[in-house]
Amino acid sequence: MAADINAFVTEERIEGDADADGPLADATVAVKDNISTAGIRTTCGSEMLADYVPPYSATVVDRLTDAGATVVGKTNMDEFGMGTTTETSAFGPTKNPVDTDRVPGGSSGGSAAAVAAGEADVALGSDTGGSVRCPAAFCGVVGIKPTYGLVSRYGLIAYANSLEQIGPIAGTVEEAAAVLDVIAGDDPHDGTTRDLREVEGADPDAGYAAAADGDVDGMTIGVPTELFEGADERVVEAVEAAIADLEAQGAETTEISLPSVEHAVQAYYVIAMAEASSNLARFDGVRYGHRSESDGNWNESFAETREEGFGAEVKRRILLGTYALSAGYHDKYYEKAQDARAWVRQDFEDAFEDVDAIASPTMPVLPFELGESLDDPLRMYLADANTTPANLANLPAISVPAGEADGLPVGLQLVGPKFGEETIVRAASAVEER
Amino acid sequence: MSDTSESTDDAGAASDGADDAAAVDTEEVRHVADLARVRLADDEVDEFAAQFGDILEYFEALDEVPEVEREEELVNVMRPDEVEEGLSQEEALANAEETEDGFFVGPKVS
Repeated sequence: MAADINAFVTEERIEGDADADGPLADATVAVKDNISTAGIRTTCGSEMLADYVPPYSATVVDRLTDAGATVVGKTNMDEFGMGTTTETSAFGPTKNPVDTDRVPGGSSGGSAAAVAAGEADVALGSDTGGSVRCPAAFCGVVGIKPTYGLVSRYGLIAYANSLEQIGPIAGTVEEAAAVLDVIAGDDPHDGTTRDLREVEGADPDAGYAAAADGDVDGMTIGVPTELFEGADERVVEAVEAAIADLEAQGAETTEISLPSVEHAVQAYYVIAMAEASSNLARFDGVRYGHRSESDGNWNESFAETREEGFGAEVKRRILLGTYALSAGYHDKYYEKAQDARAWVRQDFEDAFEDVDAIASPTMPVLPFELGESLDDPLRMYLADANTTPANLANLPAISVPAGEADGLPVGLQLVGPKFGEETIVRAASAVEER
Repeated sequence: MSDTSESTDDAGAASDGADDAAAVDTEEVRHVADLARVRLADDEVDEFAAQFGDILEYFEALDEVPEVEREEELVNVMRPDEVEEGLSQEEALANAEETEDGFFVGPKVS
């Protein structure tokens, strides 16, 4: 089975603490291959790191094994997280277990596919612009992108630091929330994590799995028109049916408008590419990673190392990021993207004065066929229209199965206010119960 | 890499290209690739020039974004400057392609 869908890059185990009890004792967990595991190679889906063996584990990995979970392998992903299909991996594409002619979504496609195929109980992904929620939606499982600062990024190999969070993927909302209970919390190794005791309005004793009680009676759910426009009709139909069902369970729904999200994809890609161009400068072949057998000088050797080690999508993003930050273009692209980011944040803040959560399709499309979008990067970028706003606004979001269309899974996304994970877990568990 | 000072420098055609940035020629792609220290094959240069034109044209929509007041609650996170346990020299060098006497060996400078 594993070889069939190519969910794993490396299948090696890190045993969990046998004495631990709690919901994750004896659970198996698949870990995305950009999350460091001491002694087990961590490739980021790239030729550049094909032989890289981290000397330490990410905080999230230590927390999971301390809670009794056993790591069963490192999952396939778009190279450095750059993609929406898991096809840009140097280790070949992962197939969607629901329909093996289709992509599992990305970039955490291996993690979602492993859970959907029963090869692990739960999984970790990372979400920079939708990379946990997209594959969860395409594979018919649950994925959570936490509020920025809830989960430590120590040991996560960076793509775009200001946008990304590690998040859980599981078969049910409660299981995903139980993983979040274990991995959440501040970490002295990541200065961007927050101590919830010091965050106004946050609940330091939040229990995410306990919030999966399906009780949406009296909850107000905003439905933004902008995130339904342009989506595949079959997707819209399934999502609207799920929202109607929340109403039947006592939730109130109200149409809202988020005009800023029309610019979210542009803002996301400019910021993510700019950060990537800087982050990936570290891969020069000297301290770790692939190194070319170049006879050239310092600069020539670096350029050849990076030509050989990076795939096309990674090169594309590094170059576009370099371009967007260069003199004469910085104000035009990067500054405007930061304006758009602030606008998106403001839009959501205003909306959350009236609603508890915001519902939409996770992906505006059904899972692509393998190979369908590879030659058209812009088409792939546009598929991130509904997921990127939560990253730009630092907000928590969850994707939960809303049903099927033409036999393919459709995901419903719920976005919550900052550190409002319990609310979106509660609403998502009601979607699940219908 | 130590020499990153150039990476935010002029991208070439900025002086005459900032207003119609949607069109990207192969020379600009080569120049940016040079700044980013990524060697490209000739066919990759052609492909990227065409794709960058489409993508940058799409980014043009950012021009419609209003100026927004950016009020972020950012605070510095500090800790006492105390020596902590880190990687051993052996661990730090373990992934390097070439080492000598406990040091990394880089390519020749010129």
